[in-house]
Amino acid sequence: MSYVKCLTCRECGNEYPVEPHHVCEFCFGPLEVSYDYDAIARDISRDTIAKGPLSMWRYWQLLPADLNKGGVDMGTGYTPLVRAKNLGRLLGLNNLYVKNDSVNPSFSFKDRVVSVATNKALEFEFEVLACASTGNLAGAVAAHGAKAGMKTMVFFPADLEKGKIIGAAIYGATLVAVDGTYDQVNRLCSELADNHRWAFVNINMRPYYAEGSKTLGYEVAEQLGWRAPDRCIVPAASGSLYTKIWKGFKEMGDVGLIEKPNTKMHLAQAAGCSPIVEAYGQGSLHVRPVKPNTIAKSLAIGNPADGFYALKTASATKGSCLAVPEPEVVEGIRLLAETEGIFTETAGGVVISALRILAKQGIIHPDEVTVAYVTGNGLKTLEAVESVVNPIHTTPDYATFQKALAAR
Amino acid sequence: MGNITVRIPTPLRRLTSGQDRVGVDGGNLGEVIVALNASYPGIQARLCDDSGALRNFVNIYLNGEDVRFLQGLKTATKAGDEISIVPAVAGG
Repeated sequence: MSYVKCLTCRECGNEYPVEPHHVCEFCFGPLEVSYDYDAIARDISRDTIAKGPLSMWRYWQLLPADLNKGGVDMGTGYTPLVRAKNLGRLLGLNNLYVKNDSVNPSFSFKDRVVSVATNKALEFEFEVLACASTGNLAGAVAAHGAKAGMKTMVFFPADLEKGKIIGAAIYGATLVAVDGTYDQVNRLCSELADNHRWAFVNINMRPYYAEGSKTLGYEVAEQLGWRAPDRCIVPAASGSLYTKIWKGFKEMGDVGLIEKPNTKMHLAQAAGCSPIVEAYGQGSLHVRPVKPNTIAKSLAIGNPADGFYALKTASATKGSCLAVPEPEVVEGIRLLAETEGIFTETAGGVVISALRILAKQGIIHPDEVTVAYVTGNGLKTLEAVESVVNPIHTTPDYATFQKALAAR
Repeated sequence: MGNITVRIPTPLRRLTSGQDRVGVDGGNLGEVIVALNASYPGIQARLCDDSGALRNFVNIYLNGEDVRFLQGLKTATKAGDEISIVPAVAGG
């Protein structure tokens, strides 16, 4: 069974049937899944969750697909929440955690959203799974499509990192490299979605897709012993993940799994593409699109669809939005690797540097339970950190090595 | 049939009898929308709010460029131009 009632326009409240639609026909507002929360509150408990699979599907009552009838679960989610004592000591934070979501099946949090979208696409009897991607989504779509026996088409900006392109190609996806920015890729795909019966996970499947990100809230609360953290630092491209993690905490409070959350949500972007942060700085809810120029390609969305809702979340939670200077992106990657042994991609570098800024400014109290979300794997963006390689060069000779070591 | 091509997304095709592209005339984007509304009544209210500004979740592209990088509704248009109306989408 499913607890989904309908799709509802987030702007005007018009209701729509559960179909592959994402836009309100009247006001163009985004559609969101509505649930029967009374029934969920009656049926869900910490015990029912504990008895579920060790994946994001342990929270199936709060997701818009039902795997009890079959479907695909690649083991996405239930990733480690690491107590980051070394990094915390350095930053003066006593209760710092890193949610390491870089260990998902295709090595980014995008497996969560795609897991929901794939199951929904199967339910709607699509044969082709597709996406417009800044990289991580392409890999997740290709992997899930392979497992589900679907054809996959992934569209991405042609200048994408090699690791992300290979990381999608290996699953047998049809790759489409577009000469243009992500926003241009997205526009092309929007027009294709209108005229082809393809399940574009981030377009016509978007209402279902986006719900997958809530599980990054549920898991952290469960792993903290059924409580929401005091602060979260979350990377933002479209702004969807950030708003959905907060929605996850709120829902858990609403259905009685945790106390009402009081989490302050901090949103992080790289300075070279920070349209949401710019609007926040101007006290505006209207995001002006920008042309991205950032090393953090997974966050390079100049026209963020959920920017409006992200800004509302920042203000509702008394959090903030901050931009990290471009050179600090790589510093953040190195800092996390050198202190906690976790190798993240550029988006994670943005988060760790944002965390460092918030700690330095004294915004985070030393004892607050703080969670930094690391959402993608460092092996995907090797180009960004190639400069760390500086080996001691030697012949296979004892004395030569000793000499080379002494010279270091 | 006008000289500027406007590509119509699915949510608006009920207003254009299912056509996915229509032709109109107009010297700027605002005029194009008024002309569209004359042929397909109701379309302006879908694209613009009560104050006449483009709605939050509507993206309009002139020959591939987001009109917010141009002059918005005042952006000049001419014969042969192609305009795309695209709802906002998520991603990453």
